[in-house]
Amino acid sequence: MTGVLPIALEESRKVVQALLLSGKEYVCLMRLHREAKEEQVKEVLKEFEDTIYQRPPVRASVKRRLRTRKIYHIDFLEMDGRNVLFKVGCEAGTYVRKLCFDIGEVMGCGAHMQELRRTRAGSFAENSDIVTLHDVAYWFMKWQEQRDDEILRKFVQPMENALDLVPKIYIRDSAVDAICHGASLTAPGVLSIETGIDSGSMISVFTLKGEAVALAKAAASTEEILETEHGIVAQTMRVLMPRGTYPKRWRSGET
Amino acid sequence: MARTVAPWEIELKLLVKAEDKTDPRYGCKPEERPAERYIKFGVINLDKPAGPTSHEVAAWVKRILKLQRVGHGGTLEA
Repeated sequence: MTGVLPIALEESRKVVQALLLSGKEYVCLMRLHREAKEEQVKEVLKEFEDTIYQRPPVRASVKRRLRTRKIYHIDFLEMDGRNVLFKVGCEAGTYVRKLCFDIGEVMGCGAHMQELRRTRAGSFAENSDIVTLHDVAYWFMKWQEQRDDEILRKFVQPMENALDLVPKIYIRDSAVDAICHGASLTAPGVLSIETGIDSGSMISVFTLKGEAVALAKAAASTEEILETEHGIVAQTMRVLMPRGTYPKRWRSGET
Repeated sequence: MARTVAPWEIELKLLVKAEDKTDPRYGCKPEERPAERYIKFGVINLDKPAGPTSHEVAAWVKRILKLQRVGHGGTLEA
């Protein structure tokens, strides 16, 4: 299986959490066990464009209990004999191998996954910035020779790019270091907020320079946060920025 | 049983609550981090080859870049 596999280096490993929970997209080659009409294939694929039930396969790294997963879309691409090519966008943790098996069951002819290519993992897609292992080895060697940081940018991106799909809250400089020490974000520190935040959802806290400060759990919705003048608006879950990057503007133990 | 909007198809809008400036003396734009820090706080959008496991591929990147630790975002079968 090939395709998008975001690799988080050193400190940026903390953003992996956000990537693991985000949606994926695949191009899948499914092999039917008997000839079938294209019409039937298309029909059955449409049926799976839904919330589906899946039991993780025997060889899985999670507990094997029945769970639901959202299939955002399945787009039929082409068909050649018993080979069916389709594109599927799905929630994190969907087993495409299982999906193919189930499609085969519904069709009545049986099917299995022949090949799989991931075309998206969260904000990372199969686009101009995707690099191969060879690219990484080559550009790294070039960078070591020439020390030109433009070369570095050809294959490494800031960890902030991994958070593109996580709604952001931009905060004041004066609120940054407290968050770095694990404090919750309070209303006065908030400057701007992205839409799509609900109470309990994961958000990312950013500085005005576009640096990620932390991953947090929202205590209210976008609209509510916009209206609030005081109190906690998000609970810090994972600090991404080193302490002391911004000056300390708070005093502990102050009443 | 119909196409639904995937998270990456949703456009997020930014709503402003208050205005403020940021002090240029502290922090820096992610793209402008000095090389060493740029790597330490970096992510690679890697095209995984067929064959090795996600874990093995991550370990290769670690070795190529001479790093201490790397992680990967979501296992993709060998």
